[in-house]
Amino acid sequence: MNNIVICLFAMGGFDKAAQGLCGAGRRLANETGGKLSAIILGAGADPVAAEVARIADSVLVVDQAEMAEYQPETCLNVLTELCRSLEPRAVLFSNETYSQEIVPRLAHRLGGSAVGDGIELRAQGDKLSVVRQVYGAKANAVFELKRTPAVCWVRGRSFEPSEPREASGEISRPALTVQADTRSRIVERKSEDSGQVRLEDARIIVGGGRGIGGHELFVQQLQPLAEILGAQMAATRAACDSGWVPATWQVGLTGKKVAPELYIAIGLSGSSQHMAGVSDSKAIVGINTDSEAPIFNHCRYGIVGDFRQVVPLLREKLLALRK
Amino acid sequence: MKILVCIKQILDPEVPARDFKVNSEKREAERGSANLVPDVFCENALETALQFRERGGDVKISVVSFGPKTAEDTLYKAIAMKADSATLILNDGNANPDSLTIARVLAAAARKMGGFDVVMVGREAGDWGAGQIGGLLAEELGAACISFADRLESVGDKLRINRQTDWGTETFEAQTPLVLTVSNDEHNLPRIPKVRDTMMARRTPLTTWKIEDLGIDAAEARAGSGYYEVTDLFIPKKETHCEFAPGSSLDEKVDAFAKQIAELAGGL
Repeated sequence: MNNIVICLFAMGGFDKAAQGLCGAGRRLANETGGKLSAIILGAGADPVAAEVARIADSVLVVDQAEMAEYQPETCLNVLTELCRSLEPRAVLFSNETYSQEIVPRLAHRLGGSAVGDGIELRAQGDKLSVVRQVYGAKANAVFELKRTPAVCWVRGRSFEPSEPREASGEISRPALTVQADTRSRIVERKSEDSGQVRLEDARIIVGGGRGIGGHELFVQQLQPLAEILGAQMAATRAACDSGWVPATWQVGLTGKKVAPELYIAIGLSGSSQHMAGVSDSKAIVGINTDSEAPIFNHCRYGIVGDFRQVVPLLREKLLALRK
Repeated sequence: MKILVCIKQILDPEVPARDFKVNSEKREAERGSANLVPDVFCENALETALQFRERGGDVKISVVSFGPKTAEDTLYKAIAMKADSATLILNDGNANPDSLTIARVLAAAARKMGGFDVVMVGREAGDWGAGQIGGLLAEELGAACISFADRLESVGDKLRINRQTDWGTETFEAQTPLVLTVSNDEHNLPRIPKVRDTMMARRTPLTTWKIEDLGIDAAEARAGSGYYEVTDLFIPKKETHCEFAPGSSLDEKVDAFAKQIAELAGGL
């Protein structure tokens, strides 16, 4: 069987990650010579299904009662049943939290092999391999998946979208026996406090690290700079773990993956783990006291200096340029 | 309540990129002068378990590691942090076994030790970062699984678990048996053991098992590549040249820097 299945969570909308996932699935199905089916999960699936149906060959919407709001154990039961009936060569997800936790378990239930954080998919004959970063994103490794199906989550935004067709594939709601699992249930959800643009979609980002030294300086120095540029704020794991900024600001290998036009890295050394979250930026510039800091190996432009002196001057000059 | 925390010893992930080398034939990192350290997410998991115990109740924390003899250092550190017992499952096979192999070994160890209510792992290891052990362990043990947890507490006869998502946090109520994968938070930074406890820990007997002691297919476990296989490992070339803001005074440099930013930002 050469068919490919992609799974999307409706709550994310048809964003860049979803578009990338569709592109990855479409190209893989073209290579394996199989059909591309898409499963859209959760309430509000219809608009996403309409978009996806112009890339996939068929779309299954799963949004009834027990599946309207995500519960991992229930979702896993449903996906297992669906994938068993579809018998795919591969099942692909993007990199949202829910996908990451589902993928290894789904692979196990289907007798397949899982891999996560894929940045490239390779189909060679009947072999399927996935390229991913390892060793804190200091190296790349090629993982050949030995069992079928291959169940993978990929960095959706790292893949090219596919040109949608004029004609839409079939959209249906499969009849399912939803086995709700009550061993473990989400009883409360708290969204991060921001009506602002998601970091993943931000055009300009100001990132701070251990060198900032504390919450106050993030607030007094970096945030005003971000405001002038209409930028969003981000931080390294060190800054978040120190409690200086919210955990949702964390960008990196295990944090958010961002792809702004411009990333301004301030008081951060440029560890490989942090840069894994930032490397899709179109341009990176840095402020650091150490001219040998690894961050400058990723920057197009930099300034060696103390941010406490550089940033206030920088704000002044940017305001002047704005006039 | 019995908790099992699984800990992996890895090459120090803080080694800077410029000092990091790989052996492409062996498909592993060069040891170089890097230290072997406990994986930090595994330590977040142990810390989360220790904090749970500190909140009250009869909680026993066991630690297990599947690795070479050097992993004993990681287990001694866990004892110094006040885990109650530690077991090494000696890995004398594939130095980088696939995730399913590791999960099967750890599941067999958990069953052999018996009666765990919660099994905790780090969300992923700082070396290969596959992030699958928790999920696969849950399937092997027939348990529910909650990922990216950072806090565990008892509320009545249920467990309440806080976990992180891309967009905020979620709170679970769950029954045992349960597998948790743990992520970092400002509140679960691993405690630094007292010097005295570190010294005393070395006198604590560790249990050591061979793969044969677990009652699983030993040949398969030593081969460790039936699930996936790493066929290539390389360091991708990066070509970025950084231009430093010119000028003889800070003012001149920042002036140049500001102009660059304005241009890269596509206007202000």
